[in-house]
Amino acid sequence: MDGLEKLIDLMPQFLSDTGKTFYIVGLSMIFGGIGGLIIGTTLYVTRSGGVLANRAVQAIAGFVVNFFRPIPFLIFIAVAQPLARAIVGTGIGDEAAIVAISVAASFGIGRIVEQNLVSVDPGVIEAARAMGAGPWRIIRTVILPEAFGPLILGYTFATIAVIDMSAVAGFIGSGGLGNFAIVYGYRQYNDWATWAAVLIIVIIVSIVQALGNAWSRKVMRR
Amino acid sequence: MTAHISIREVSKTYPPAKRGGSAVEAVRSVSVDVAKGEILGVVGYSGAGKSTLVRLINALEPVSSGYIEIDGVDITSLKSRQQREMRRGIGMIFQRFNLLRSRTVAGNVSYALEVAGTPKAQRAARVKELLDFVGLGDKADNHPEQLSGGQQQRVGIARALAAEPGILLADEATSALDPETTDEVLSLLQRVNRELGITIVLITHEMEVIAKIADRVVVMERGGIVEAGETYDVFTNPQSPVTKRFVATVVRALPSGDDLARLREAHGGRFFTIEFSDDSASEARVFRALNREGAEFQLIHGGIDDIRGRIYGRLLIAVHGDDDAIARAFAAVAKTIRITEVE
Repeated sequence: MDGLEKLIDLMPQFLSDTGKTFYIVGLSMIFGGIGGLIIGTTLYVTRSGGVLANRAVQAIAGFVVNFFRPIPFLIFIAVAQPLARAIVGTGIGDEAAIVAISVAASFGIGRIVEQNLVSVDPGVIEAARAMGAGPWRIIRTVILPEAFGPLILGYTFATIAVIDMSAVAGFIGSGGLGNFAIVYGYRQYNDWATWAAVLIIVIIVSIVQALGNAWSRKVMRR
Repeated sequence: MTAHISIREVSKTYPPAKRGGSAVEAVRSVSVDVAKGEILGVVGYSGAGKSTLVRLINALEPVSSGYIEIDGVDITSLKSRQQREMRRGIGMIFQRFNLLRSRTVAGNVSYALEVAGTPKAQRAARVKELLDFVGLGDKADNHPEQLSGGQQQRVGIARALAAEPGILLADEATSALDPETTDEVLSLLQRVNRELGITIVLITHEMEVIAKIADRVVVMERGGIVEAGETYDVFTNPQSPVTKRFVATVVRALPSGDDLARLREAHGGRFFTIEFSDDSASEARVFRALNREGAEFQLIHGGIDDIRGRIYGRLLIAVHGDDDAIARAFAAVAKTIRITEVE
């Protein structure tokens, strides 16, 4: 039986793994996206001159992010296993992967968010302060909306990075296209299966990027 | 009359930017009163401390020492919640307008109302009223970047007026605008002052702006006030070197140095300056008096300026004739016209 026929036989598995990739990436982006927004906003507003300038919080948040972010994701999965057991009751599988990806993505997205927020014109924040707006209101109604266009691009970039992570997570037995490519392509020497997974990932990434670009252009009116 | 804003011995020192650097004294021991309903101009070169001073008035920056009272309340000792409350009574406009790009023109004005706690049901009508006041009723749904600089500043003014403030702080509000647009914005500020009775503190490095709308002017240099007074008086009789330099940007300086020497050689006689104000017959009276005494004169240099709606003219003449005759001629008009011999 040659590779193509095998791939056709594997079609139900392939479709279910594609669905799993959406499931893992989707949930990871919700948790990691929210976590990253909180971390990034914290890093930004606690800078000196920020609306909630706080040297201690800034130093601690910066240290935690810098400590975890450089860990290669493959190793981070192992580091995060105890946490996954505590949260979802198991260190392997889809749910454990979502925990590991969400935490790792939070730190990465945190830095992306921080960089996006730095682009907000400080004059606009000063104007809001002059009107009598407090720090929380300024974060909610000035800083985040003003940075919305760049944030969309940042999150687009992050989504693609998370798709990449979800493929790596195949190593701890989580499903998805990464697992499919490893199990049916790499281990069984079936290039058809590998390339099918690659193709569908490329298509997903292209669509995500195109949507992100179009949306941010609309928001930034360019 | 008690002052609307009373600034007393206020200093602002910034800590050194680098370890081992020296602290920056942005504002040094400044005292000035602003009366209700007046337009106070604060003029100075960049780095003179005027932008810092204006940010002390609405407590965007805390003072290092001294105090500031607004309507008798010391704003330097307020807690942050009270400070925010206080800022709602003080509008502010900026050199670079600082409009929210994420909102429309109407959204920007509405934002100030949201912050001030105006109920949602009342906002739309108030936004319309404010945009009509600044002449931008038809731009409500545009975004800031679709507007010219002058229009953006008018949105800034509408936004600053939203919460019905008693004070408006203008930080270099016309410095990014061309001369024509500057005039538009200045007339709008004048309307804000006259029709709404709002006290304006206006920071600028452009003396023309002061000449057009300021009732009084304060000149700052290196964080301190070097001169203060009625705009007309400061323009017609500047004391400090920095004030003289500023005044010379509006009122043309008289010839001096080599130019003056050349003119003396060409014309001969004694040189006098004649200064006159609203009474436009002044120079004619001087000329008639000189004629009557048989003294001859030549007009060498002159100009007329409009300062705060009043005329200020200055002429340089060369007079030939008997010293006694000249003295008699000038004595006849000296009561109302200032005549000074140029040495």
